[in-house]
Amino acid sequence: MTSSTIRPASDYPPGGDAFRHRHLTGIAPLTPWEISYVLDAAEEWVDLNRSGAAKHDDRLAGLTIINAFFENSTRTLLSFEIAGKRLGADVVNMHAGQSSVKKGETLIDTAMTLNAMRADAIVIRHAASGAVQLIADKVDCPVLNAGDGRHEHPTQALLDALTIRRRLGKVEGLTIAICGDVLHSRVARSNILALTLLGNEVRVVAPPTLTPPAMERMHVTTFTDMDEGLKDADVVMMLRLQNERMDGAYLPSAREYHALYGLTPKRLEKAKPDAIVMHPGPMNRGVEIDSSIADDPARSTITEQVEMGVAVRMACLDILTRRKRGVPGWN
Amino acid sequence: MELNPLLVTGARLLGGDTASLLVEHGRIAALNPVRIPEGAETVDAHGQWLAPGIIDLGVFATDKPAFHFGGITRAALMPDSGPLDGAGLVERAAKGGKPDLWVHPLAAATKGLDGKELAEIGLMKQAGARAVATGRARIADAGVMRRVLAYAASLGLTVIAHAEDEGLTQGAVATDGEMATRLGLASAPSIAEAMAIARDLCLVEETDAPLHFRQVTTARGLDLVRAAKARGLPVTCGITPAHLFLSDTAIGDFRTFARLSPPLRSEDDRHACLAAVADGTIDVLASGHDPRGPEDKRLPFAEALPGMAGAETLLAMGLQLVRDGHVTPARLFDLLAANPARLLGLPAGRLEAGLDADLILIDDGTPWKVDAKKMAAWAGNTPFDGMPVQGRATMMWKGGQRIR
Repeated sequence: MTSSTIRPASDYPPGGDAFRHRHLTGIAPLTPWEISYVLDAAEEWVDLNRSGAAKHDDRLAGLTIINAFFENSTRTLLSFEIAGKRLGADVVNMHAGQSSVKKGETLIDTAMTLNAMRADAIVIRHAASGAVQLIADKVDCPVLNAGDGRHEHPTQALLDALTIRRRLGKVEGLTIAICGDVLHSRVARSNILALTLLGNEVRVVAPPTLTPPAMERMHVTTFTDMDEGLKDADVVMMLRLQNERMDGAYLPSAREYHALYGLTPKRLEKAKPDAIVMHPGPMNRGVEIDSSIADDPARSTITEQVEMGVAVRMACLDILTRRKRGVPGWN
Repeated sequence: MELNPLLVTGARLLGGDTASLLVEHGRIAALNPVRIPEGAETVDAHGQWLAPGIIDLGVFATDKPAFHFGGITRAALMPDSGPLDGAGLVERAAKGGKPDLWVHPLAAATKGLDGKELAEIGLMKQAGARAVATGRARIADAGVMRRVLAYAASLGLTVIAHAEDEGLTQGAVATDGEMATRLGLASAPSIAEAMAIARDLCLVEETDAPLHFRQVTTARGLDLVRAAKARGLPVTCGITPAHLFLSDTAIGDFRTFARLSPPLRSEDDRHACLAAVADGTIDVLASGHDPRGPEDKRLPFAEALPGMAGAETLLAMGLQLVRDGHVTPARLFDLLAANPARLLGLPAGRLEAGLDADLILIDDGTPWKVDAKKMAAWAGNTPFDGMPVQGRATMMWKGGQRIR
């Protein structure tokens, strides 16, 4: 599905002004048109990825991309690996468990090591907020944030925006409810930034123990009542609830969380009839979301989000390596 | 070795009237002396300020080059390194500054600073400790804190406490607010400070023991101290320049040099701190000197250790308070010297005959730029990096002996 608000990437004038950043550390430094530029570029990769046999474009041939994951991840790592390989790059994965990080090497030392290996782009996931920025300041190549602590997860927000735009024809003027453990969620922070920046009404629906302070300063409205927060929403975005939050420190139990904040078919009726349901995965079925909703292709966009993830990451890797590749106008 | 008498002439005392000051036998002998002893060495101050050497209440390292740069002649050493919980350790720490710096160790309130059992405060007093401190954290157990207060008071010692409720601040590295939320940092509400102060004020009321909060940084905390003072409780409090000149916006971009304990607060709280300096609620301005190398600071924000190297910037930031009209020069040196001296029971801190001749000359106009890469301190973790400032100590005497 396309709409009149979507312009092909080729409509933008060539040159650094389309996306003026060396790194992708978060959504916070981006402008609305830069977000649109990435989404437009990603659309082309969606088409390529669906084209059947030869899903290859060799524009990154000869470049080395290192996926440095200091925190466990399956789907994001896989998504970045596929994105790099589809563009012809040599992709290397570094897991914290296999590296010298566990032997006490500091993050900066690890960054300098990766830098000395002449990577052309480094994708980083780390459990500490700000770790990606710290590395980006020390290395010579573009750094992509694949999630740092509770801070940001920009490619997730971009793929979510792309999914919404393709499903609903636009990603502006919508009412979007982000539900669950917002306090500990980098996905929520990046999505709040991106979706408010694009001109949507964003709501946060969470128990008070999992709502960050000063949310009004992020231009969102907060709800503790799920039914109220979902009322007339166009998009219901569920967040994963980590098991360790349910042991009494933040929530009494998983059972109680499901009763008050779980997305059930009955609750979803409060939202608009054609509202879509999103989840960044992996899901806790029966806790934050009922299987009947997760598996309903008319409502759930969960597999589509995974698909858009590859396309968005291809777009980001392409755009951020253009300077290095000497693409005219990108210097 | 007998010192020659010293005569400082043409100096503006505490930035005020021009006068001369005579030092004999290591003590201040007279202001505007009529009789000048033979052989006196004369120093013409050329209109520079003459002030008592700064007495820095609550530092975490004996960092002599930084103290000398900053015009600090006496440093009260926090008990955390060690920890200083025995007489031998206190005695050794006190010798750490010889011969050109006074180090006054603060006795650990509890064994190992673990907040459970009373340390040998009496023996540490005999070894030279001049006050008792709870260290970087407060004593969580109110019963233990009550016993510490009563016991220290019986020995004539003030207890220096940290004011944060550990239940609220557990795991937090910032103050609740927009900044912490945007950066995705674990944060705690600023009332954690007022809650800790409220508990300890109740204990002071009960024991009538003198208590000093090393840092009070929030409007609500300061209101409690202000009210307690009005009721006549033996309570004092201090602050560092960081909380007077910076708010939590300084932690943007995850700047670990601005990771402090207690964390930087909101702009409203910062203004309340300035008002409290002006109205006398705050008694002490200290550096909180805590040099930290890259192994402690060049880390993701939450993994970095809190603390700043503050000794070199203390005087310049204090002079900024004067220029901004928050305090008079005389009041600034109450905050920097006279009040800490009283709290520690030291014969110093004022320009009065009979007191130790710990003196500094200050060129209050010299402009310079704070540069983390060029600090005298053994680490350059200053939150004021890059800030242009004015004023520095140009000469220093300890007990009448020139040390700079």
